[in-house]
Amino acid sequence: MKARVEIMLKTGVLDPQGEAVRHALGALGFDGVGGVRQGKVIELELPDGTTEATVADMCEKLLANTVIESYRIEMA
Amino acid sequence: MKAAILVFPGSNCDRDLATAFRAAGCDVTMVWHKDTALPAGTDIVGVPGGFSFGDYLRCGAIAANAPVIGALRDHAARGGYVLGICNGFQVLTETGLLPGALLRNARLKYICRTVGLRVEGESLFTHAYGTGTEIALPIAHHDGNYYADADTLDRLEGEGRVAFRYTETPNGSQRDIAGILSENRRVLGMMPHPERACDPAQGNTDGARLFAHLAGALTAA
Repeated sequence: MKARVEIMLKTGVLDPQGEAVRHALGALGFDGVGGVRQGKVIELELPDGTTEATVADMCEKLLANTVIESYRIEMA
Repeated sequence: MKAAILVFPGSNCDRDLATAFRAAGCDVTMVWHKDTALPAGTDIVGVPGGFSFGDYLRCGAIAANAPVIGALRDHAARGGYVLGICNGFQVLTETGLLPGALLRNARLKYICRTVGLRVEGESLFTHAYGTGTEIALPIAHHDGNYYADADTLDRLEGEGRVAFRYTETPNGSQRDIAGILSENRRVLGMMPHPERACDPAQGNTDGARLFAHLAGALTAA
């Protein structure tokens, strides 16, 4: 089975990379892009029966830094 | 005084840090990240700068889970001293030994130059300079933008745990923070590199006093 973890900087934490992308879009003529937030996606191949709670534990211990990041888990 | 310096794959300031400690008169042992114990009698652990584990995932995240970190946590819990510089500061925030996190620099650039710092929080690390003194140290980082929530920042300032503040922030750090202390003031994390300013040949010796005072105080103890 697989899990997909989406990690984003928390609301309120400045995302300088997202801001740079927003500026670059503006320079290409894409006006009106109000905000860009950049995150990362981690795909995990897991033994069958792995619970979402186990993946959440992985996020808390390593995959995300919960001081600055939030995560969302999709089990598939 | 005995110093132990942690070495991770990708550490690149470990030997500079060893040179700085030795110049101050310390016995230095290098400790590989797979080791699970520190040498007996270790007074201070140095967590050096560099790019541990290639900065994969997040700066310091993989190193913060290396086998040697258990020994580092035990050392800190016993009231041992810890000095984390640059990537070492990132490792200390990732372990939770220090609060907050270090984000990508606000203007996205890797910055390598000497900056002005104001010395603030009283500790064994800052005592040689004295509160309110201005010094200059080199920085060399891409992810030195200190972040913590407002409550944490207020607590750090209220408890006098901001050890060093940039006179002019180069990287977007909240409240110009360049280095912070733990609650017991024995763990210091800082982005600037005192070990790169210890010898006249380096053009600046402002960092040497930090090591000299530490060595003197810990040897006397």
